[in-house]
Amino acid sequence: MPSGEEAKKSDSRQCCICSLRRAVLKRPKTQQQICRECFFSAFENEIHQVIVENQLFRPGERVAIGASGGKDSTVLAYVLSELNRRHNYGLDLYLLSVDEGITGYRDDSLETVKRNEVQYGLPLKIVSYKSLYGWTMDEIVKAIGLKNNCTFCGVFRRQALDRGAALLKTDKLVTGHNADDMAETVLLNILRGDIARLSRCTLITTGEDGPIPRCKPFKYTYEKEIVIYPPHLKNYFYTYAYFKKLDYFSTECIYSPNAYRGFAREFIKDLERIRPRAIIDIIRSGENFRISTSTKMPEQGTCELCGYISSQKWCKACVLLDGLNRGLPRQGIGRTRGPNSAKKDGLKIQPEMETESVVRSKPCGTLDF
Amino acid sequence: MISFRTCRGFSRFNQFRGPLSFSFDSPLLLELHQIQPPEAVFLLQSNYFGTSEVTVKDEKFAPTQRAMACGQSACKSNCYKEEEDGNNQEENGRISGCTTTNTDSDHTVICSKCKEKEAVVPHNNHLYHDQLCLECFRSSLFGKFKLAVTSHSMISPHDKVLIGFSGGPASRVALQFVHEMQLKAHMNFEASRDRSLPVFGVGVAFVNESAVSSVPSHQVHQVNEAIKDMESIVSSLAPPMKEMYTIPLEGIFSEIPQEGKNLLHELLNTISDATGKEDFLQHLRMLSLQKFASDNGFSKLILGSCASRIACHVISATVKGQGYSLPADVQYVDARWKIPVVLPLRDCLAHELNLLCQLGSLRNLKLFDRPLSGINGQVSSFVALLQEENPSRERTIVRTAEKLTPFSFNKIPETDHANNHPSLPRRLKAQNLKSNESIAVDVFCAVCVGPLSASEMQKAKSGDQFAANCCQSCLFQILPKEPSALQNFYSLLPESMSRRVKGANGVGRHWLREKIADCLLSDDEAET
Ligand SMILES: [Zn+2]
Ligand SMILES: [Zn+2]
Ligand SMILES: [Zn+2]
Ligand SMILES: [Zn+2]
Ligand SMILES: [Zn+2]
Repeated sequence: MPSGEEAKKSDSRQCCICSLRRAVLKRPKTQQQICRECFFSAFENEIHQVIVENQLFRPGERVAIGASGGKDSTVLAYVLSELNRRHNYGLDLYLLSVDEGITGYRDDSLETVKRNEVQYGLPLKIVSYKSLYGWTMDEIVKAIGLKNNCTFCGVFRRQALDRGAALLKTDKLVTGHNADDMAETVLLNILRGDIARLSRCTLITTGEDGPIPRCKPFKYTYEKEIVIYPPHLKNYFYTYAYFKKLDYFSTECIYSPNAYRGFAREFIKDLERIRPRAIIDIIRSGENFRISTSTKMPEQGTCELCGYISSQKWCKACVLLDGLNRGLPRQGIGRTRGPNSAKKDGLKIQPEMETESVVRSKPCGTLDF
Repeated sequence: MISFRTCRGFSRFNQFRGPLSFSFDSPLLLELHQIQPPEAVFLLQSNYFGTSEVTVKDEKFAPTQRAMACGQSACKSNCYKEEEDGNNQEENGRISGCTTTNTDSDHTVICSKCKEKEAVVPHNNHLYHDQLCLECFRSSLFGKFKLAVTSHSMISPHDKVLIGFSGGPASRVALQFVHEMQLKAHMNFEASRDRSLPVFGVGVAFVNESAVSSVPSHQVHQVNEAIKDMESIVSSLAPPMKEMYTIPLEGIFSEIPQEGKNLLHELLNTISDATGKEDFLQHLRMLSLQKFASDNGFSKLILGSCASRIACHVISATVKGQGYSLPADVQYVDARWKIPVVLPLRDCLAHELNLLCQLGSLRNLKLFDRPLSGINGQVSSFVALLQEENPSRERTIVRTAEKLTPFSFNKIPETDHANNHPSLPRRLKAQNLKSNESIAVDVFCAVCVGPLSASEMQKAKSGDQFAANCCQSCLFQILPKEPSALQNFYSLLPESMSRRVKGANGVGRHWLREKIADCLLSDDEAET
């Protein structure tokens, strides 16, 4: 911070938006010195603008909010229900949570979600791995060992929300991905050369051709602002540390946090320190990349077993489940093949490491949930 | 009992005895660790640099599975596992490549290409699949250079090319390779009967930035010494003769050195953002080279930008919100300038070029090697960290940028090309330029000359002010915010920059427009 600003502070502690109240915080996104009230209205209005400009919802739609109990989804649930009331969106909102079945892991977060159900008056649906897949994560770990379970958490987590939303018969699914997550994903896709994902990762709505489109109303919302927003929540009983704890679990895999993703996250934090606008700039770059439309994702079909979108005969979850159920838990992982290639039960070592095509190449601490 | 060459990092585990369960990155070891202890009890005996021996007490291990030890063929592609799966990253994070050190110390490694000379370039981090002798290493780099030059028509016989020479390893190699090409052309010319194909001319330009560098006045003579050094490097590369020119950076502001220096300082002082100042200097450097090349009849400008440098640019442009204009900067050819800029070393890594300078004793010196600050500094340490973690990361980043759609000016204009040497096959088609893309006329940022995105263009049409003709990134990090400071900034700009906006109908990008119009015409012709 320039020293000149320090001197100015003493006499201009007034909110630079309303010029009425005392400024109590420097807005992380814009560096403006503003009062509490102006921060809250700026924060909420920005999200309202994003929703309106991008036509995220239509009146009468049923919308599921992916609720992990972490700060992002908790704040999202609150803000959406507020805006829905204030601006008459006419939406039927639902909270949707996933219970992986890891002893002790979801206890806190499910408690939070249940409290949110009461506070915001939103119906809550908890879908468990046990009910979706017949296995809890604990049981999977027991069967396969800690080494390879990430394949399962990645794939199962990705599908759980969609399947839950289908059970609720909702038209849309919204998730709490924030601007920091977006920027990180842009960088990761550059680093791994994934041009197809790079072209889609900044879209505010994805899966519009699928059964349940996903939206990200927090696309331009800074993580730091989500963290300082909660004091506004009625019956505020969260602490920053409490959120931090939940958040850690909600985005990062409990078994294996990814070092590679960690670098990018750290990098973004460093950038934000010297230039807060960098986060928005990265997203803007992502939106403006000149990517020819012929770069498409592989043709999507549906899984023969469960009907979930899949580029192959069986979706990845079904391949993994099939293996689990037949006592071949490593099927579909790494160098072993499942039913999608005729070779079954093969513990054969492939001459080339298949890093791109197989499930394991995707980091499990994925932001898809 | 299996013997295989040791994997670097493997020897770390030689203190372990007895049952082990850890993760590794070679296929064999991956298989090993999937068998849970105590079933697989294996002993690891290793003398530090020696051959490791693994005893596997497990009947299930068929000999075929053992064959995948981290030996020659398997290791090349597999030893370094992509880190995308975070499973065992705590072990393989820093383990990279294989050491091929052998127990018998008198054993010299033979170049795997020519199978004759002693290898001096290590099988390093999988950058090279083989261990090479100096000659073979050199020719592999020269091959990349040559391929880039020929497949993008970078140098034609009628050209007079100017090499931007900083004294650093990359531009030193560029100078060397261009010299060798010129020498060969020269010899062919001498040998040919009709002497129909002329030899292209080469000039070397060094931009003297001592006006803005923090060189103390008593060290000024050191700068002069260094410049003399560079001149001797250049003059040693003859025949054919090459002139070296020292271009003072302040020269674009005024003919009078002191006046130019003052203007330059004053202008830089109006820019408060450290990153913006750094980038602005970069633009001025390009402006100096362009002006000099144009004033002195050069037809191409050759820069030593390598893959590592481009990888950093890809990330920093993304971070600065320049995603739209990014593909313009990372191609082999950039003809949006009056004098087209070409990057023949675009496929070489900084590491390779450094190594070639070292091993091939190519004298080089870096005069104004300031550490990068702000965003650029953050980016370069981030990329360095990634590169350390995975040695192919820089190439992957460049490849991502390659998949973005380039602009119509990212090729040598057909007209020049056809006039100069009709005998050359037209390879320009190879570049995947979108045909409908070339119809749109690009409008360029008045400061960084990056093409403006649709939304930025909308703004540029509305106003005739300088600021309206700048990209969002320059608006933020270079242009002063206060109106009076902004006015001051305009008044200080070198003429070649301010003229991009002044002139008829407020948008005076005349020569740029003309330049693009040329490309467009020839594009249409090529299409029909
Ligand atoms: Zn206020
Ligand atoms: Zn995991
Ligand atoms: Zn399925
Ligand atoms: Zn050799
Ligand atoms: Zn610009």
